[in-house]
Amino acid sequence: MDAKRELFQKLQQDILLWQGFKPVSAGKAERIGLGEIENSFPGSVFPKKAIHEFITVLPEHSAASDGFIAGLLAVLMENGAACVWASTSRRLFPASLSLFNVEPERIIFMDVQTEKDVLWITEEALKCEGLAAVVAEVNNLSLIESRRLQLAVESSGVTGFILRKDENKIASTVATARWRISPLPSHTEDGMPGLGFPRWQVELLKVRNGNPGNFVLEWAGEKFEEVKKVKKQIVWSELEGRQIG
Amino acid sequence: MQRRFVSIWFRQLLADWQLIRRPELSGVPFVFAAPDHGRMIITAVSSLAAESGVEVGMRAADAKAICPDLEVLDDKPERPKKLLKGLGEWCVRYSPIIAIDEFGMDGLLLDVSGCTHLWGGERGYLKEIVSRLKSKGYTVRLSIADTPGAAWAVSHYGKITPLIPTGGQVDALLDLVPDALRLEEPVLAKLRKLGFYQIKSFIGMPRSVLRRRFGEDFLLRLGQAIGTENEVLVPLRVPVLFSERLACLEPIKTRNGIEIAINKLLENLCARMQAEGKGLRTGILTCYRIDGKVVWVDIGTSGATHSISHLFKLFQLKIDQIRPALGIELFVLDAPKVDDVEVPQEEMWTSTPGLDDKSVIRLLDRVAGKVGLQVIHRYLPATKYWPERSVQKAISVTEKSDTRWRVNNPRPTELLKTPVPIEVMAIIPDHPPKFFIYKGVRHTVAKADGPERIEREWWLDQGEHRDYYQVEDEQGGRYWLFRSGHYGSDNKYKWFIHGFFA
Repeated sequence: MDAKRELFQKLQQDILLWQGFKPVSAGKAERIGLGEIENSFPGSVFPKKAIHEFITVLPEHSAASDGFIAGLLAVLMENGAACVWASTSRRLFPASLSLFNVEPERIIFMDVQTEKDVLWITEEALKCEGLAAVVAEVNNLSLIESRRLQLAVESSGVTGFILRKDENKIASTVATARWRISPLPSHTEDGMPGLGFPRWQVELLKVRNGNPGNFVLEWAGEKFEEVKKVKKQIVWSELEGRQIG
Repeated sequence: MQRRFVSIWFRQLLADWQLIRRPELSGVPFVFAAPDHGRMIITAVSSLAAESGVEVGMRAADAKAICPDLEVLDDKPERPKKLLKGLGEWCVRYSPIIAIDEFGMDGLLLDVSGCTHLWGGERGYLKEIVSRLKSKGYTVRLSIADTPGAAWAVSHYGKITPLIPTGGQVDALLDLVPDALRLEEPVLAKLRKLGFYQIKSFIGMPRSVLRRRFGEDFLLRLGQAIGTENEVLVPLRVPVLFSERLACLEPIKTRNGIEIAINKLLENLCARMQAEGKGLRTGILTCYRIDGKVVWVDIGTSGATHSISHLFKLFQLKIDQIRPALGIELFVLDAPKVDDVEVPQEEMWTSTPGLDDKSVIRLLDRVAGKVGLQVIHRYLPATKYWPERSVQKAISVTEKSDTRWRVNNPRPTELLKTPVPIEVMAIIPDHPPKFFIYKGVRHTVAKADGPERIEREWWLDQGEHRDYYQVEDEQGGRYWLFRSGHYGSDNKYKWFIHGFFA
């Protein structure tokens, strides 16, 4: 039996390798700050060399996804690298990104007319090693297009985020992870008026070689914080100069 | 090197052009006329019409009386210039510097220094131009001299020989009428009145005397003709410093062939630019097809570069736009804009990534080449509170801002380009709404922050201030709403939604 199990493990390792997941040696594992969620991915490491797909149908969802991605970009762009944001109808407000510790001037926006151009730019940008990440807002992504993006990512190591607007046409893509971020009512300490930290329902709908899951996450001013059943007390003084009520 | 100039005078530019276009007019006297003070004044005359006594400056009606079967054609003011431009571009085969004769607007001036020996000397050179233009249908008079002024004078008024030897322009001018000096009509009238019918009668007079009577302009024209004053020709096409040509034995039709041609041109061009420490900013690839048409594509880079592989990739995106038709016989690659290239110090280890990373710059070049530079935006903080103006577009990739991004007031992650009116129910002044209806959906407000009052910049535009509220509905959606104006007796105030928070 043991021999068989070993054989299975070996095979699984091999499959992961062939699919582009390199086992990360113990000391080198970098955290992206997602806490528990990172355990859902193979090897408990957030895949940076990958395409992440976000389903955003309502504007509230896309705003939440923007916030979530911005939180991830803060870590990805820590080394000073730039990011490309390609879109046909962009609503992202650059000034808001500084709330997520992202320097908005390091994001290069490409506002083009057609979806085709967005995909072309995304593919070219994903091949560009000097970038930290590429965010693309598209309506739909076909299997072939996603495959091209995945190939581009594998050679360069740039993280790709695809915001998909059309839910009805759920095409199967080769994206490593599919997310849905929806806003949740924020929590403030009892008796305190106003809004708390942005809080989201993070649904990991699909993970390649990992386990999908459902989490509640909060952007606690500086970093992501997972909200467990036992609610943590949020200290307001963390938010310097923030206006309340 | 001794400079030599050729003046080409098209004696009947418009008439010749019209005859080439409409050969059926060959037996008909015709003139061009343009309206002037309500009359039709003749501007150009064909040779047949001139024989019957019609002259430039006559009224069309008078001319018709003299010559009853005269055909009057409409003239357009810019037409001679257009024709000369076309002819000048054709003449580029004879000399790189070609200017339109701005004085008479009926000829061309060529700087032919060092060009004539290619046609076996000056005589052969002039003969070649005359016969080529004649076979096209233009009657021209040419002359070659040391100065553009002398060449112009001899071509228009010379009687003996069009070949003025080096240093002989003064002798050639002596017997000519003062009109040959390109002077204005009032000056000419004065000269005639004083009895100066030939240039030799005043050329020896003291300059101070001439200046007092005829003005500075007269001396300038005289000096330009005899060579004491410099005359600068304004070339039709400015010669490009960095330019490479590739002539093909066989016409090229395939993509593969064009790629090889581009690569060869780039190899030569980049080697030259590298030697001089320059880098390409804009490049134009001109393809001369065997059917006489010219097609061209251009590229631009955001930083000077002489990397062959990068420039080749930029051209590769444009190859689809080149229509080779029957084939391309000549490729010309010009670099009209070059800059000093900064050679960065090679770093031992990996370079620090950032906006000026080489691969990022190349990505921007490729996007600008394929989609256009206008799609690339980068934003810097502006010192304004009004949300729409609180960010400004950066001009260049590396531009930095003096101010910092403000984080004390929350801003929505998604901002609507124009605020959308909503219906709200708010009970008390200066309180956030109880609920609002946006796109037909009713959102009940559970939590709210605000107001944050932002005044309108009255020196830029007129209108009411805005009171912004950050609200959260029962489902958790977070919105940025504002009330425009004060609560008041009049119904001027309105509610809008302006963004979505994360």
